[in-house]
Amino acid sequence: MSMKTETAYIPQDEDFVFAPADLSVGVAKESIGGVKHEALKRFFSRKSSVLGVVIIGLLVIFSIIGPYISGHGYDDQDLSRANMSPRVPVFASIGILDGSESVPKTSGEAVQNKYEELGITDIYYLFGTDNLGRDMFARCFMGLRISLIIALAATAINLLIGMNYGIISGYFGGITDIIMQRIVDVIGSIPTLVVVTLLMLVLQPGMGSIIVALMLSGWFEMSLIARSEVFRVKELEYVQASRTMGAGHFHIIVREIVPNIVGKLATQIMISIPSAVFLEAFLSFVGLGMPAGTCSLGTLLSDGFSNALLHPYKLIPPAVIMILLMVGCHLVSEGVKKATE
Amino acid sequence: MLKYIGKRLIISAVTLLVILLILFLLLQFMPGSPFNDEKLSPEQIEQLRAKYGLDQPIIVQFFTYIGNMFRGDLGVSYSLSPNTPITDLISNRFPVTVMIGFASMIVGTFLGLILGFFTAFFKNRVLGAIYSIFTLLGIAVPSYIFAMFFSNFLGYKANLLPLLYDFRSPVISSVMPVMAMSLGVMAVVARFAKAEASEVIKSDYVLFAKCQGLSSRTVMTKYVLKNSLMPVITVVASLLVSLLTGSLVIEQMFSVPGVGGLLTNAINANDYSVVIALSFIYSALYIIVMLILDILYCIIDPRVRLGGKN
Repeated sequence: MSMKTETAYIPQDEDFVFAPADLSVGVAKESIGGVKHEALKRFFSRKSSVLGVVIIGLLVIFSIIGPYISGHGYDDQDLSRANMSPRVPVFASIGILDGSESVPKTSGEAVQNKYEELGITDIYYLFGTDNLGRDMFARCFMGLRISLIIALAATAINLLIGMNYGIISGYFGGITDIIMQRIVDVIGSIPTLVVVTLLMLVLQPGMGSIIVALMLSGWFEMSLIARSEVFRVKELEYVQASRTMGAGHFHIIVREIVPNIVGKLATQIMISIPSAVFLEAFLSFVGLGMPAGTCSLGTLLSDGFSNALLHPYKLIPPAVIMILLMVGCHLVSEGVKKATE
Repeated sequence: MLKYIGKRLIISAVTLLVILLILFLLLQFMPGSPFNDEKLSPEQIEQLRAKYGLDQPIIVQFFTYIGNMFRGDLGVSYSLSPNTPITDLISNRFPVTVMIGFASMIVGTFLGLILGFFTAFFKNRVLGAIYSIFTLLGIAVPSYIFAMFFSNFLGYKANLLPLLYDFRSPVISSVMPVMAMSLGVMAVVARFAKAEASEVIKSDYVLFAKCQGLSSRTVMTKYVLKNSLMPVITVVASLLVSLLTGSLVIEQMFSVPGVGGLLTNAINANDYSVVIALSFIYSALYIIVMLILDILYCIIDPRVRLGGKN
């Protein structure tokens, strides 16, 4: 009844002017930007996430500059300087970490300091040297660099394949989904270690092979997450709205779905990176890792372990770096999970 | 429910066949031949090939291979201990691996449950800190790094525990491997138990039980513990598989005469037949445990069989 009492709306001229072409795009961008901003804020409000970011940031910086700042090349051999214990500038003057180590002799233990024996007390190997006299500091960060490259490459490929596979499977549903999921069911039922081990036997040892092995064993997990996330968002109002407005599948996937499943995928990425580093190290332990001469965290750990009883300082730096990397990734993944929930 | 179980059975069977096919193909493409002894003349090699059926068409070989695998004949070792049936190699080692795996699982689960439930029950800051540190370390630090530190400090420096596995004292020499492997299990179980228990504590029926005037102890044991334990059990079962495979490095470190050590040795000795046989066993184990788990899930949680999985 009240409708009738209102004066009828008289169309104005501007009602018939086309809206600027980029109006809808602008709105969409802003809203996504807003959500991202919120998530970032929540992410950085957690102390543990910030700590994780700092740890990972430092490790990445050191993986870039670390091999060059110690003054010794990571591959410079000098057999006369083999198996030197760590010697750190400031600490050395107060008597700890001055390069002396206790060596088991037939008559009990003897403390020896190779730096003094060689008369090179002005040279400092921060993490000591390995059995070929190579600087462990440079080697550790070179190893970290190699391990990170392997992990990042494998994760990036995993993400590319897994995300596309999962999105196609989840978005189109029906028979496409059923067929694609049965394939994943079968592939996912093969234990990772078996896949990786067998592949490494067939392929030549090296970085490329490790990346391929990690990729083949990891993409389907990413696809499962992408698929379940697509299922969650694909019937939501904004996707419906976009569809009603006549958007094509490609547009809907790229503009509406992908930005809204990024959070879960980011969490999975932060889980995949340490597990790739873990698998690389595992391969080195069983003798299928990086070939001799190159270094990675895995080969350093494996060498360190075989020397651990005599020279424990060879084991500690790579182990600590690995633990820091794992802890950092874990903290960040927890943070992302909490922030995007 | 029968339909769901049937579907899972078919998937598992297909997976096993696919794995067999992959393993068989790999065996064909492996570099080198089992008979690369320079002393063998071409005729002798031909005879050997005929003896092992390698002169048959590849399809026939594949079906013989499947038949043999399912009959429990995994072939013979080529180089690790020549001509020993692989079943013999495995049968001695399997109990050791299973024992250490189970022990780690039991210890880890027990500690994890205690840590997780207590943290959920008493929202205590000290307990919370302990929980955070242990779960973070347990999840972030790989078991082989724990193993390294244990063997270096407890085994070598303090000389408390044997560094290498000793046949004569299997229990005391399993302590370090079990410790190293159980920490990861503990962390996963603790997180899961805490999440489940916190969920249950917030539920309406727990509130109702409290309103009825039940003591908090009764509520915790009869309601919370019971309802949050079931999902934890399924996680534990899936961890068991990863323990059996994950023990590879640990077994090598402590010289444990288990299946993992055998696999490592076989890889280093290029004994492909052993590697492939063990891969088959690991995969079969994995598939069977996953199958049992899924069926368990389906019985516990009706949502799974109603297709709520998506």
